[in-house]
Amino acid sequence: MDLEYGPEYDDFRSEVINFIKENEGVKLSGPMRDESRVNWQQKLIDNGYFARSVPKEYGGYGGDMDIIKLRIIAEEFAKSPIPKAMGGQGIQMLVPTLLSLGTEEQKQQYIRPTLRGEMIWCQGYSEPNSGSDLASLQTKGELDGDEWVINGQKIWTSTAQLAQMCFILVRTEPDAPKHQGISYLLMPMDSEGIDRRPIKQMTGDSDFNELFLTDVRIPAENIVGSRGEGWQVANATLGHERGSLADPNVTQNRLNSLIDLMKTETIDGQRVIDKPIFRDRLLSIQGRLMAQQSNALRILSSQINEGQDATLAKFIVKLQGTELRHELEGLAIDAMGELGTLYEDSPHLRDHGAWQQTYMYYLGLIIGGGTNQIQKNIISERALGMPKEPKVQGA
Amino acid sequence: MYFGLSEEQKSLEENISKFLSDNAPLDAIKAVADGEEVKADEIHKGIIELGLSGLMVPESYGGLELNMLFATVVSSALGAGTAPVPYAGAYVMAPIAITLAGDEDQKNEWLPKIAGGEKVIGVGLSEFVGAREDAGIEFNKGKVSGRSLFLIDGKNADAYLLANKSGELFLIDSSSKGITVTELVTVDKTRTSIELTLDKVDATLLPGSSDLSVIEKVLDAGRLMLSADTVGASQVMLDKAVAYSLERKQFGRLIGSFQAVKHMCAEMAAELEPCHSMIWHAAHSQDSSAEDARLMACQTKAHISEVGKQISKTSTEVHGGMGFTDELGLHYWFKRIGLNRQLLGSPELIREEAGKLQGFDQ
Ligand SMILES: Cc1cc2nc3c(=O)[nH]c(=O)nc-3n(C[C@H](O)[C@H](O)[C@H](O)COP(=O)(O)OP(=O)(O)OC[C@H]3O[C@@H](n4cnc5c(N)ncnc54)[C@H](O)[C@@H]3O)c2cc1C
Repeated sequence: MDLEYGPEYDDFRSEVINFIKENEGVKLSGPMRDESRVNWQQKLIDNGYFARSVPKEYGGYGGDMDIIKLRIIAEEFAKSPIPKAMGGQGIQMLVPTLLSLGTEEQKQQYIRPTLRGEMIWCQGYSEPNSGSDLASLQTKGELDGDEWVINGQKIWTSTAQLAQMCFILVRTEPDAPKHQGISYLLMPMDSEGIDRRPIKQMTGDSDFNELFLTDVRIPAENIVGSRGEGWQVANATLGHERGSLADPNVTQNRLNSLIDLMKTETIDGQRVIDKPIFRDRLLSIQGRLMAQQSNALRILSSQINEGQDATLAKFIVKLQGTELRHELEGLAIDAMGELGTLYEDSPHLRDHGAWQQTYMYYLGLIIGGGTNQIQKNIISERALGMPKEPKVQGA
Repeated sequence: MYFGLSEEQKSLEENISKFLSDNAPLDAIKAVADGEEVKADEIHKGIIELGLSGLMVPESYGGLELNMLFATVVSSALGAGTAPVPYAGAYVMAPIAITLAGDEDQKNEWLPKIAGGEKVIGVGLSEFVGAREDAGIEFNKGKVSGRSLFLIDGKNADAYLLANKSGELFLIDSSSKGITVTELVTVDKTRTSIELTLDKVDATLLPGSSDLSVIEKVLDAGRLMLSADTVGASQVMLDKAVAYSLERKQFGRLIGSFQAVKHMCAEMAAELEPCHSMIWHAAHSQDSSAEDARLMACQTKAHISEVGKQISKTSTEVHGGMGFTDELGLHYWFKRIGLNRQLLGSPELIREEAGKLQGFDQ
């Protein structure tokens, strides 16, 4: 057991701390893709604090894959209000997929603008009749000369209203078994025949959309992997998504805010944190979070030390992390009581309504990215070796 | 950076598991539970031969001078095997207390004998943590009077290590005059428990223990041992549930193919897997005197007690009626986890302490 990163990392940490100090005043405003945001993103890349291991020729920093350095960057940035590197499905899912499975042309064309935040992507997987059973998807892709022609409907497509590109799963081999008939295509969102309709969510925002696709034509070379291999390509990225959904170190920041909140809010003049049952709930959540942080250290260690197995530790992150976060946000609402139900721009609103917003948002994450029931199927089947669901005829 | 057990720690765990599966199979556990003390003594001798009694004793007193991480590895293996032996009190808490706070005479008298497996010290800190029935001891002019409940490893012990309410620690010889021992029968028959009634019994203070940090360290150590025991026992209960679900058929199918059963098992695994890491982390925090070592020890005991409770219930359910029988013996793990949960503070009590540690009262 050795939790030290080693003295060779001390200099690196001071470098990061210096950079953060020098840039403490940076505040970003304006919409996505705004010049100031792109410049900041580029500055982070130039200094190796973002896209660190992505090769230079594709717009990354071109450093080696040093997990500990990545961790130090994350730790120090988390301590400061400095703007963080942009995330999103393009950066978290598409870039890693292209890096491992994309053609040279695709890497050249897409990775740089995606990293810079100039090219926003959306993920076109789910369909009205294909959610958990994603492999049953029916949106059609037909090769017509040197173009794919796409017809069908996607749903729950987050950020489609902002996106320039969509990585989309379509059925290109209708006669193959369902997992072998899918292809992974890259679809420009300004193509003709795409109708985007925002869907209003329970939070009141409209972050996700329906996409109606009618004879959408895209170049034949816009395929990642081979025809019929889309399922494997997509699964490579689902792993990236699940790992990033509920980072316990981010939850730790929320817990700190919750402790502050419970010290500030009062009932009959008594601080909420001094009420034993509220305090006990707070401490239970802290205990669960500590367990998840230790679990994260084990995963980190397995990435650095060859031969250390953390398979089960990884499988449980999405399930455990999203449930805990939802509960944490829910405790904040209980701590505020009626005040906790205030929303939008109501008088007496706390923290701009962030607790209610995030409470609901995390319910979305419990459902999205493979529902937590599906996570339990995965844990039981892949980690515990229990039988798969019996097949129903025709499904 | 390496977060996990070393090869040495893993092989220690394997050795203990092998010893227990060879020498303390379920039949032996049942025999001990039914009162066969000879069998318990045999198993106890075996773990002494494995060196477990000297793990926490400094080398200069004949021990191995290993750390908390090693001790949790042992405890987890003992919990997995529901081993009917003294450990947390006699071989972890007592030597730590004497090493930290004893004078030279006390160290010379006790530590080599603990390491050599010649002496067992029972440990009574229950009243310091939270006195029931107004029990408690008072020290006056070299004599101790009062009552202490639920001593850990106290049955047939050669001496007792007791705490008063202000956290000072005392040693008394079990052959001294004025001691009445009452055996307490808990649900967990794999370990023993006693109550002491003391009437002006000769006692020696561990001089260093006027510093409160001593009893805190002893308590942290004890709590981590109980937590590790629960993690070991819980892992066995999960493994047994999965294994049973892949044997038992109903409706023409393995019950492990029913989603309700799969999800019960997945939930157990999802809760338990981080607990292994949590124990390592908490033990390492003790070993490296990390700033939040106390908080981690408290939260580890509280959290793992909750997880253990859930797993011991769920695993029993997966076994159906068989799970409820004496014959299957699953209940030994269930009850072991149940006792660990209450010893040295139930989750609610410990969380209260964790809140104070973080200055929530300010
Ligand atoms: C906030 C949010 C953002 C999203 N963003 C995107 C996006 O950008 N792109 C995209 O493609 N999709 C996105 N999704 C869609 C998401 O992936 C699906 O909602 C999810 O996979 C579930 O599918 P479904 O909605 O069809 O529910 P269903 O599959 O119909 O599930 C309904 C219920 O049945 C349960 N269920 C289904 N099958 C099983 C089974 N085999 N075993 C046990 N229980 C089962 C589910 O757990 C759930 O409780 C998003 C969803 C949300 C909530």
